[in-house]
Amino acid sequence: MYYNEEFETLPRPALEALQLKRLKTMLERVYSNVPFYKEKFASLGIRPESVKSLEDLRSLPFTVKQDMRDAYPYGLFSSRMEEIVRIHASSGTTGKPTVVGYTKKDIETWSELMARSFVSAGVHRGDIIHNSYGYGLFTGGLGAHYGAEKLGASVIPMSGGNTKRQILIMKDFGSTVLTCTPSYSLFLAEAARDEGLDFRSLSLRVGIFGAEPWSESMRREIEEKLNISAIDIYGLSEIMGPGVAIECQEAKCGLHVWEDHFIPEIINPETCEPVPEGEKGELVITTITKEGIPLVRYRTRDITSISYEPCPCGRTHARIARMSGRSDDMLIIRGVNVFPSQIESILMRIEGVEPHYLLIVDRKGNLDTLEVQVEVDERLFSDEVKHLQEMAHCIEKEIKDLLSLTCKVRLVEPKTITRSEGKAKRVVDNRPKA
Amino acid sequence: MKVEQISIFIENKSGRLAEITRILGEAGVNIRALSLADTSDFGILRLIVNDRETAKQVLKERGFTVSKTAVVAIEVPDRPGGLSEILQTLDNESINVEYMYAFVERCGENAVIIFRFDETEKAIEILTAKGFNVLEGERLYQM
Repeated sequence: MYYNEEFETLPRPALEALQLKRLKTMLERVYSNVPFYKEKFASLGIRPESVKSLEDLRSLPFTVKQDMRDAYPYGLFSSRMEEIVRIHASSGTTGKPTVVGYTKKDIETWSELMARSFVSAGVHRGDIIHNSYGYGLFTGGLGAHYGAEKLGASVIPMSGGNTKRQILIMKDFGSTVLTCTPSYSLFLAEAARDEGLDFRSLSLRVGIFGAEPWSESMRREIEEKLNISAIDIYGLSEIMGPGVAIECQEAKCGLHVWEDHFIPEIINPETCEPVPEGEKGELVITTITKEGIPLVRYRTRDITSISYEPCPCGRTHARIARMSGRSDDMLIIRGVNVFPSQIESILMRIEGVEPHYLLIVDRKGNLDTLEVQVEVDERLFSDEVKHLQEMAHCIEKEIKDLLSLTCKVRLVEPKTITRSEGKAKRVVDNRPKA
Repeated sequence: MKVEQISIFIENKSGRLAEITRILGEAGVNIRALSLADTSDFGILRLIVNDRETAKQVLKERGFTVSKTAVVAIEVPDRPGGLSEILQTLDNESINVEYMYAFVERCGENAVIIFRFDETEKAIEILTAKGFNVLEGERLYQM
């Protein structure tokens, strides 16, 4: 089953010809509309018309998250604000968010690609989609929502949180599709069981899970406990949001990247050279149809591999493997992107000094937990318990405000946190490897 | 009139108190009074010792976070209502007791209690004026 059979099954030569045509148009667009790209191309002696084949893409400069931060908030937009109909943002690495804008056509494209993704997962008109991705600045909620409506399915805009109500509605409304983070699906199933409800007795048939890395064993667990077919979806706000790539129900082996809109590359994150097909490296994406904020060779920092092997589902679009890690220090905790530098800036702000700290990420039951250990030195110490507790609560609150993530701050003795070669280790991730 | 207490940050894990008392013992520091405030994660050990400088130095050398805090030692009549009179006097003046603990030795017929007030100077002034005996630090360390 396809949503857009013509484009999803376009023979490779035609698909690549389309990519090249769209790439050229996009390069012209950013060259004339975005000073950042004009200057960057000029400094490398590149003009849009120097790109004559898809291979020429490799001569173009990368775009990184820092570029978006430097251009905060709208510097990389390629459309006038009059054309922008939606703005999303993800939390930045040091406080300022990364901002993206969508034109009407961008929202159309995104809706179609999410609709394609739903169909690829086995969802159809008549399905009742229980959407537990967060609605708001985060792209997850609205991205899935618009795709569901485009498809013509019934969407319940649940957003995250309030687990009891989620379960009640899922049961009474007869939800057939669940969209959330994979860990939250297991959390829901467990919470339901505690209330005497077996998830397997619900009408749920399909789960579309993303925003955090997960594993094949977790898929088996989810499919068993929820009695559904569990599908992996990938996306990031910089490129679009959810629906950049998705597995097909036929193969459940790799995520098809919608190549008529995005050109994926896999590079060695150290050398920035392309790696051979099937080898692991960092995913780099060029958006070729976006108007609001098209990005040239955006470094996602996600580690994966790519395959151009034909797929049993008939889609001709390349497949990327499950994300197996990051090429930077970003953590994904309960679907929230967390950079250690964000926590560091909060600690700096609260205490005015740079304390030694350690982030401990773990999985208890099915939910990720974050503990922030802070060394209490003489600058932070007080002989009164209440002052130390207030400080710990204040840090917890600031982190919650910035990242919408509940964490536990633990005050520890000095020198508890290991220092290696002068540089402290900032993260211990005890979660089972994906 | 103030007394210097040393305060030490300790994590709630086994052996920490033993470690501190061992370090102090090896350095020849005698503990005159102590109190331990604890939460589920950490504790604060407060000590009155005969040799503050040595105590602070050896504990810091061993990586502990140590600070000095001004507290007040007051003689409390050893009879029913003795402590109550002191607390009432302070309450009348809106002075808060952050924490308090008893000293091991007696001072003649009286008990000695260590107080940490929110307003140390004012508390000393009021208590002295009301005729309570506020003990000098030097006297206390050697008791």
